[in-house]
Formats: sequence, structure tokens, C-alpha cells
Amino acid sequence: MIRVLLPAPLRTLAQVGSEVALEVKVPATQRSVLDALEARYPMLRGTIRDHVTQQRRPFLRFFACEEDLSHESPDAPLPDAVVSGAEPFVVIGAIAGGLGEG
Amino acid sequence: MSNVRVLVGTRKGAFILTSDGKREHWDVSGPHFIGWELYHVKGSPVDPNRLYAAQSTSWFGQMIQRSNDGGKTWEPVGNKFTYDGVPGTHQHYDGTLRPWEFKRVWHLEPSLTDADTVYAGVEDAAIFRSTDAGQTWQELPGLRGHGSGPRWAPGAGGMCLHTVLQDPKEPGRIFIAISAAGVFRTDDAGKTWQPINRGLRSQHIPDPEADVGHCVHRIAMHPSRPHTLFMQKHWDVMRSDNAGDSWQEISGNLPTDFGFVIDVHAHEPETIYVVPIKSDSEHVPPDGKLRVYRSRTGGHEWEALTKGLPQKDCYVNVLRDAMAVDSLDSCGVYFGTTGGQVYASANAGDSWAPIVRDLPGVLSVEVQTLPG
Repeated sequence: MIRVLLPAPLRTLAQVGSEVALEVKVPATQRSVLDALEARYPMLRGTIRDHVTQQRRPFLRFFACEEDLSHESPDAPLPDAVVSGAEPFVVIGAIAGGLGEG
Repeated sequence: MSNVRVLVGTRKGAFILTSDGKREHWDVSGPHFIGWELYHVKGSPVDPNRLYAAQSTSWFGQMIQRSNDGGKTWEPVGNKFTYDGVPGTHQHYDGTLRPWEFKRVWHLEPSLTDADTVYAGVEDAAIFRSTDAGQTWQELPGLRGHGSGPRWAPGAGGMCLHTVLQDPKEPGRIFIAISAAGVFRTDDAGKTWQPINRGLRSQHIPDPEADVGHCVHRIAMHPSRPHTLFMQKHWDVMRSDNAGDSWQEISGNLPTDFGFVIDVHAHEPETIYVVPIKSDSEHVPPDGKLRVYRSRTGGHEWEALTKGLPQKDCYVNVLRDAMAVDSLDSCGVYFGTTGGQVYASANAGDSWAPIVRDLPGVLSVEVQTLPG
């Protein structure tokens, strides 16, 4: 099982706790983890990556094993520790970002 | 006795304010969707318990929420807004051309005849429609495909489609307004659109009287007279008596004709309200005095309404979607400020009192008049 940590607003949206566990086919990648996450929680579609381009939203980052994986290929295999469930795959909001002009 | 429900969208969530017809004592519920920007919340005129809310942040993008019980509970519905075909280009702030890119929903306008049909005005400017209660959204591409798109440009808030008015007497006729493109009208339910900006004059575009490019901040209509439209433009307050075919200035004796909101009394089609703001570079009330101006003559002659509003040291703004009226007798008028106050008048503007004082900055105010 792969453990995914979500930021608080997405936990509220999906009505889950801080961590969700997902069954993901090997080799597990960012794409397959996010596919599994969105399949289980359809309300998260469009909130982490763009509906059409599937690109990561610019104010979100992906961390794991104390590394920033945000700029890795979405099809690159995730670290073994994430695949085994020893370490979580972390979706986190950038410290920047926020309000528009309204 | 009827009840009133005020739907307030703010920078940090939505709030629902309720009162009986006296409008003296208010219950406040919320925040709903704490931490998210709520650009707009609006109820269906067909089923008042059906509410739609536009929820967004720059982190997580756009969500649409729907309620079937007047805002007690909500469920997320469709949030996929994909432009039809290959997006064209529009002007950027610097005059270069940029492709259309969806950013957020500014305004949700439920249908006058079907609770499951709702229109969405979005940034970058386009209009979408859902006929399944918000589950899926389809663009009405004739607007963006009108051909003038390369001359549209963002206002300070972005290139937003912020107003959708449906003509209650002519099915298929819809008016929309875009900053900064202007007003457009369809007479065939959104298939084709025409710009209706003759008479507008704007110094921020090379040809001040061009057919598009005007920064229209808001338009309003009285449902009994849908051929008459009122407009608060970037500068100038305007009216049209021929469904937008031509416009005349009615700023008259206003202390400044810059502002964002404009609305019409529920029972008097020639009574209109604006909140003058000092200038395009100083979005604050003139002289630190928050004043609503009312014209009972359809424009030109305006009176300041100040009773109950701060008349010193007040430097809030009132954004374009942040004024609404109820349909009680006497007409209630409501507006919200960027300082987090929502003011209400139960006597058509003669006097005001805050319902709440310390909400996050208010982005939108809508009012529902409900049977008791």
C-alpha cells in the first residue's frame, strides 16, 4: 500500500484523514498514484493536476524520502520506501500562493 | 411573513445570513469552505433551496459546490471547464497576445426556468453552461468565437466574465459583461453573440469609442423592464433603453463616477443604487465616507445615503458582485465591503446597519426572499 499525505483543504474536500492508503500497480509512479487517488476520490480531480494537461498545479509540490520529486517525470518510478509504504508520498501546498485581486 | 437569506462569498469562505421579514435580527452560519475564496454563491429562482457556489484557491484551483437544502449541506460537483476547440488569443496587460487559460469562476447564474441549468462566467473570459446541476460544463463558444477576442484585455482583476443577466420576457436573450471587453448579447440562447457597447467611451483603449475593449464593471436590470439596462463602467454610470443597442451617460451629480456595483430597486424600475469609489488608482470611498448613492429618476440626479454608514476614516471597497436587493416591501438593499462588513437597509437605502462587521473581505452578496 502506498501512503499519501494530503494538505488540509484537500482532506476536507475528500472527507479523509491526513493520510490515505492506496493500492497501486507496480511500477508505482507519480502518475499511477495520482490516478489511483483520483479514482478513489473523484472530487480531487483538477485540484492536484490540471484536468486536461495532467500537469501538477503550480502551487503544489510532491515530496518523499526528504526529496523534492516535483520536477521528476510523472512516469519515473517512485522510491522503494514509498512503494513499500515505509515512507509517505506527500502532496503539499507551496508556501507561496494565495489571493487574486478579486 | 417572508424570510430573507443573504448569501455572502468572501476571501476565506462563504457565510449565510438569515432573518425574518423585519430584517432586524440576523443569524449567521459559516464559514462554509473555510480558507477558500468564494467568488460567488447564488440560489435558483426555481428552487430556492438549490444553491451553487464557486470555490477556488490558487493552490487547488476551482471547485463548484451545490446545496439542495439552502446551504445546510453541500456536495462538490463538476469542476472541469475546458474551452471549446483550440483556444484563441487575447491581449495581455502589455498588449502582447496570450492564449486563453482557465483561471476561475467569477459568477454563477442559475436559470430562470430550470433548477438544474446554471451559467458560469469565468476568467479568462468565457461563458459555460451546465444542464445537469453542475456535474458537467460546456462552453457556449460563440461568445469567445465572436471574432473580437484578440482585442479583449484583462482588467485589474483579470479578464473575467462577471455578469450574466437573463431576459425574463424573451427566452434566449442573455446579456453578459466582461472586463475589459464590454457587454455582449445573445438572442438565440448563446449560439451567437454581438457586442453592444455603442455610446461607451473609454480612454484606456486606442479608440475610445471602439466596439469592444471597454472595462464594464457591472450591469443590472429590473425584470419588468429588460430592455432597460444600467451600467457601472470603469468610469461613467450609463443606461440603455434599447437592450444595449446604445448607451447614454447618467453620472449626473455623483461625486465620482468610478465604482463597481450597481443595482435596481425591486419595485421601482427607475430607482438605482451605486457606491462611488474615488478613482481607478484609489479604490476607496471619496473623503473616507462610505456613501451609497440613489437615483429615483433612472440616473442624472443622485442623493447620498449615509445614515448608519461610516462617515469618517473609511477606506474599504465594494466589489462588483457585492450588492443585491430583496423583494420585500419596503425593498431591502444589501452590500458587502472588502473590510468584511455586510450592510443592510430595510427601507430602500434610507438607513443602514451592519449585519456583520468582521468577515473576511466580501467578494459577493446575493439575496433570496423566501416564503415564511
